[in-house]
Amino acid sequence: MRGESRLKKVLQGGSFTVTAECGPPKGADPEAIRKKGGILKGFVDSVNVTDNQTGVVRLSSLAACAILLQDGLDPILQMVTRDRNRIALQSDILGASALGIRNILCLSGDHQSFGNQPQAKGVFDIDSMQLIQLVRQMRDDGMLLGGEKLTEPPHLFVGAVENPFADPLSYRVLRLEKKVTAGAEFIQTQCIYNLVRFKEWMEQVVDRGIHEKVSILGGITPLKSARMAAYMSDHVAGMNIPDEIINRMKSVPADEQREEGIQIAVETIQALKGIKGIHGIHIMAIEWEEVVPQLVEKAGLAPRPAV
Amino acid sequence: MITAERKPLSEIHEMIAPYRKILVVGCGTCVAECAAGGEKEVGLLASALRMDAQRAGRDLDIKEVTLDRQCVYEFIDQLTEFIEQYDVVLSLGCGAGVQAVAEVFPKAIIVPALNTTFVGETKEVGLWVEKCRGCGDCKLGFFAAVCPITSCAKGLFNGPCGGSQDGQCEVDPDTPCAWQLIITRLEEVGGLDRLKKIHPPADWSKQQGRGPRKIMREDQKI
Repeated sequence: MRGESRLKKVLQGGSFTVTAECGPPKGADPEAIRKKGGILKGFVDSVNVTDNQTGVVRLSSLAACAILLQDGLDPILQMVTRDRNRIALQSDILGASALGIRNILCLSGDHQSFGNQPQAKGVFDIDSMQLIQLVRQMRDDGMLLGGEKLTEPPHLFVGAVENPFADPLSYRVLRLEKKVTAGAEFIQTQCIYNLVRFKEWMEQVVDRGIHEKVSILGGITPLKSARMAAYMSDHVAGMNIPDEIINRMKSVPADEQREEGIQIAVETIQALKGIKGIHGIHIMAIEWEEVVPQLVEKAGLAPRPAV
Repeated sequence: MITAERKPLSEIHEMIAPYRKILVVGCGTCVAECAAGGEKEVGLLASALRMDAQRAGRDLDIKEVTLDRQCVYEFIDQLTEFIEQYDVVLSLGCGAGVQAVAEVFPKAIIVPALNTTFVGETKEVGLWVEKCRGCGDCKLGFFAAVCPITSCAKGLFNGPCGGSQDGQCEVDPDTPCAWQLIITRLEEVGGLDRLKKIHPPADWSKQQGRGPRKIMREDQKI
């Protein structure tokens, strides 16, 4: 019997779901992945593996997912359209399924100019919307682009991302709706610090009934320091950190800022639990995976349900 | 128009170093409009080369010619009577102009003085902006006459990425987000619903094709 997506089962079971991000190493070391997977195991339902995030070359998402799978985790393959054309993307989608990977997250990817290969040619043969549609076509119709039949369709639960804080604001909900129409079954959002704006966005999502067609996981990134908060606010495109959060981080001594960051994250998770239409959280503890277990415990989300 | 920029003088010097008799050929169309390869720029470049040669104690023989269009054989023919008297042709045409001259005169040595950059518009005095990638399948009608292939850094067909902030592109904060422009224009005419359409993957074979693309028009043949 082929394995099924744990993520899909937990969401269908109605539990408040927890996913976390795991960044592969800048090297060929499988142990680095295993170590991160080991920290997350039992505390999250599924683990996202980033695909050369910010355009920086790292061990491939596909390979890292295969390693996590061996260790009993439910990986979510992040796939960006920046680096591969439709031939390579479709091939990797089939390969992922053959390896037993059951979740895919479709993104366009950070622009190559931000990474360590700024002279690279950005592929963008297709965009994230088209990738969502393509995976669904391959899975549901057993067909490649152009209509050729597959001998066996890929078995993948399909996700996408949305940033409720980016511009143009008026279009952000319509864009989410479009991704759902394209075939997204789960959505992971950009990190949430501005709960006021996030709630406004979710109200529009609920008004349009989108939350009934897709599972939305709110993004959580615990702040490590006041400096990180200020840096993210100023330098990361599409990031919205209100002054009150930055000031709250500044108000505690440096050696207590990590605790404060965790506390803010826990409070955000509690708030998200009370927002209609939110089905769980996605923790992006960038190079700080070891914080995930205590964050999940403090938020009252451990242990994870058996499915 | 096709825009171009003049190469650094050092690079031009290097290319023409083996030669004494130089035919500097400009073009009076696109590259004249973008102030890179018209009659004026031909004159400026020729003067600079003469001055540098004089300073280096070299004797250069430079002739200046500017054709109305360097990519059309009828105009290129004007070079026939004297091209053989020169060791090298230094072309201030776009890439098409350089190659067209080379095709008309198979034995001529021809080198480019410009870097051809893009198809664009004159935004203001001294500012040219890329507007078209020549994809061969124009979809401007769907996107409020803003090209997402050219003006969006990721060439997205189905809405903005997550990095658009304050109406600007995350890749270059001095550049407006193409999708912000599209959405603003559509909102103004109450046409935001048009963006509900999910555009399928583009047919890039119309752009990349199989080698150089051709347009064949039987009705234009005599």
